[in-house]
Amino acid sequence: MELDLANITLEERRELERNVILGTVEQLKGWVRSNSLWPLTFGLACCAIEMMAAGAPHYDLDRFGVMFRASPRQADVMIVSGTVTKKMAPLVRQLYEQMPEPKWVIAMGSCATAGGPYVRSYSVVKGVDQIVPVDVYIPGCPPNPAALIYGINKLQEKIRYEAKTGKRVTDG
Amino acid sequence: MSEEQKQNGARSGEGEAQAEAPAAAAPQAPESAPATESASRADGAKPADEQPKAVQESAETPRQAAQPQAADESPQAPPQPAEAPQQPAAPQPGVEPKHTATPQPAGETQQSAPQPAAGPSQPAATAAGEKRPLTDEEKEARRQAALAARAAKLAAQGGAAAGAAAGAAAGARAAAGGAAAAGGEGTQEPPKPSPNQPKLDRAVQLLKELVAEDAVEEATLNPFNDDMPTLVIRGEHWLKAAQTLRDHPEFGFRYLRNVAGVDHETHMEVVYHLLNMDSGDTYCVKVRTNRDNPSVPSVVSVWATANWQEREIYDLLGIVFPGHPDLRRILLPDDWVGHPLRKDYVPLDPEV
Amino acid sequence: MIRTEELLLNVGPQHPSTHGVLRLIVKLDGEIITHVEPVIGYLHRGTEKLAESLNYTQIIPYTDRMDYVSAMTNNYVLCYAVEKMMGIEVPERAQFLRLIVMELQRIASHLVWWGTYLLDIGALSPFLFAFNDRERILQLFNELCGARLTYNYMRVGGVKWDAPEGWIDKVKAFVKDMKGRLDEYHNLVSGNEIFLARVKGIGAYDAETAIQYGLSGANLRCTGVKWDLRKNEPYCIYDRFDFDIPVGKNGDCYDRYYVRTEEIRQSLRILEQALEQFPPEGETMGKVPRAIRPPAGEVYVRIESPRGEIGCYIVSKGKAEPYRIKFRRPSFVNLQILPKLLVGESMTNLVTILGGIDIVLGEVDC
Repeated sequence: MELDLANITLEERRELERNVILGTVEQLKGWVRSNSLWPLTFGLACCAIEMMAAGAPHYDLDRFGVMFRASPRQADVMIVSGTVTKKMAPLVRQLYEQMPEPKWVIAMGSCATAGGPYVRSYSVVKGVDQIVPVDVYIPGCPPNPAALIYGINKLQEKIRYEAKTGKRVTDG
Repeated sequence: MSEEQKQNGARSGEGEAQAEAPAAAAPQAPESAPATESASRADGAKPADEQPKAVQESAETPRQAAQPQAADESPQAPPQPAEAPQQPAAPQPGVEPKHTATPQPAGETQQSAPQPAAGPSQPAATAAGEKRPLTDEEKEARRQAALAARAAKLAAQGGAAAGAAAGAAAGARAAAGGAAAAGGEGTQEPPKPSPNQPKLDRAVQLLKELVAEDAVEEATLNPFNDDMPTLVIRGEHWLKAAQTLRDHPEFGFRYLRNVAGVDHETHMEVVYHLLNMDSGDTYCVKVRTNRDNPSVPSVVSVWATANWQEREIYDLLGIVFPGHPDLRRILLPDDWVGHPLRKDYVPLDPEV
Repeated sequence: MIRTEELLLNVGPQHPSTHGVLRLIVKLDGEIITHVEPVIGYLHRGTEKLAESLNYTQIIPYTDRMDYVSAMTNNYVLCYAVEKMMGIEVPERAQFLRLIVMELQRIASHLVWWGTYLLDIGALSPFLFAFNDRERILQLFNELCGARLTYNYMRVGGVKWDAPEGWIDKVKAFVKDMKGRLDEYHNLVSGNEIFLARVKGIGAYDAETAIQYGLSGANLRCTGVKWDLRKNEPYCIYDRFDFDIPVGKNGDCYDRYYVRTEEIRQSLRILEQALEQFPPEGETMGKVPRAIRPPAGEVYVRIESPRGEIGCYIVSKGKAEPYRIKFRRPSFVNLQILPKLLVGESMTNLVTILGGIDIVLGEVDC
């Protein structure tokens, strides 16, 4: 059967637009991954309460496809929410390595970003990016759940962008 | 600021277990500060602030450092009595000093809206007072007077346990205080003896009898803390004293509220706050130890709650507690070097 | 005979039910716990050391972050300590505002506890209800002081912001609403057979043990000891209001649950009375010198936070910074009883008992 794309009726054109997508497989994977991010419940401190509030009914995270998973083996993204101390640092690294590829990290709150209000403390790691590679930083102390949702949206955009252009921040 | 000065003035006159100075100051400061109510005394207390301060021999000499702030108004002294008559005209029912000999529920002392009648005068005095800092000679003179008074007090107490002298002091002060009616309108200088003073004396006496003669090094009332009896107990007698404090029916401190370690630069001390749930009394007990080899007997066998608190103090300050079942670091990683809460702590890797 | 070995299980710092970064090293014989060792310190941020180089107003935000679920009471304990040392009087309206926010905070904290406790036990819906109500409280706080979780609201001598127009009415509406919802929640959970089977008789201890271990708050009151610092050592203006202290009988998890939910009811009662008596105008800050320098000396104050007795011990040398500040954190002290309670229990009850103690790791580690 011949399909003459130059002379199709409007109806056929509309049908085609509704049913045919052109793109790469990577873009498809990116779209899928971004819309079902499963974070690891990694609440350390006060930001964890705001993360819980973001999962609660008022700022529902479930509508973005975000379901919190307890085990790192089942998680895509690690939302580091709270202060990372020197005692906890090796465990953060261990958990990051237990997560399977592809994985991302969101540093939520100013403690995870750069040490936060505890930057002059003797026992605080000044930013979790000293330990794991971070994709999105969310400032705030603690950030509003809406800010967390914005950060997750940014991560989703980043995943789709990287899928489209092929760039990645890390290699493993 | 006026509130603070009033408190300082009030506090400077009472709450201490010393006798001679307040009694000596009595004739000098006719309208000064018995510990309690009456806002009319508020302004009258201000010129009298100088006298008790001058002969102040309080154990807290650093309070002298705070006094110059309160004494900022001292050059203002002459105008004050002129303003004093204005005070009774301005009823300030709500304005009561919080720090009195009898613990008041904190809720009662409410400051009402700006006092209308005394409004113009008082802020003016306050504002002017704050702007005149003490000159150096005045500070020096005050310091000398304080040191002299302190030497006098120490001589009076001799070297015996503080309790005995405190008892005598309280007795003398009680006599003087009895002469002044219950805090009233500021006719007499000596402050009311605190109701906790006899408790303190009895505590010291009991500890002397039951534990050891020299168990108690110092016994004071903490004026900031509603006259909480504060005892300093010698380290080697501390375990026995702790058992006495818990078991003896007159003490009955079954609840250990708080264990804190403090690093004063010359020594270290561990501060315990004890609670008797039946009577509601809280006592503060301190145990001093030296800085090089700090060691305080553990009281885990007496109060089980001391377990983790002592571990925390060991972790952060380095004070060893012999007798503790499991003394190791609790908050910091096990391989941490140093004790962070010490004043001379240098972190190993400050950049991370 | 079957040869059995001891199993060492690490309930690690990353765990959905440990309420934070708490690590429990559990030795198991089959399913019976023989020994538990809690390892804490994964959130030790050095607040007390930092505070030695900050002046008192700058320490207030750090107190927020210690017990982040009930930050207002932490703010208050520090301000109260400094005000006591300096003899500052707090104006009437500020006292009322403080009391109202502290009681709202108590309700919010107990809601968090209720929701997460039931989530741990396995009931998934109450978490959503609890957080929904908590959102309303946090929005009230947001209007009042601009922050949802770490408020930095109280200052030495009063509070920072006055209640905006209509805020009091909103709180009144919330209180009325909450009473009805509390009854709904009771209907939903408190009579549920499965829930009762899971918490009744679990983790019981007696009053003497509680006093020995220095427990406070609901952990102490569940054994029958009627000790609440709002009544026994009144602070702020609590002595003006009429409320009861719920106590339990057996000291088990159900009694802790009962005490905390009843406390929500009593907090609503206090709030009603306070909102009625709220002064229509007044100042929000007392007379405080510009540089806050408490005189040299020391003080130990304590108030009743939703978790127990929170205390603040300040040693001051007359400077603007404290020489030593120590916070007596209730969760730190309350957690000590966990090893004792868990020995001999089945592994399935570990989460129930741990949740019943109501700890917040930010407070445990300070």
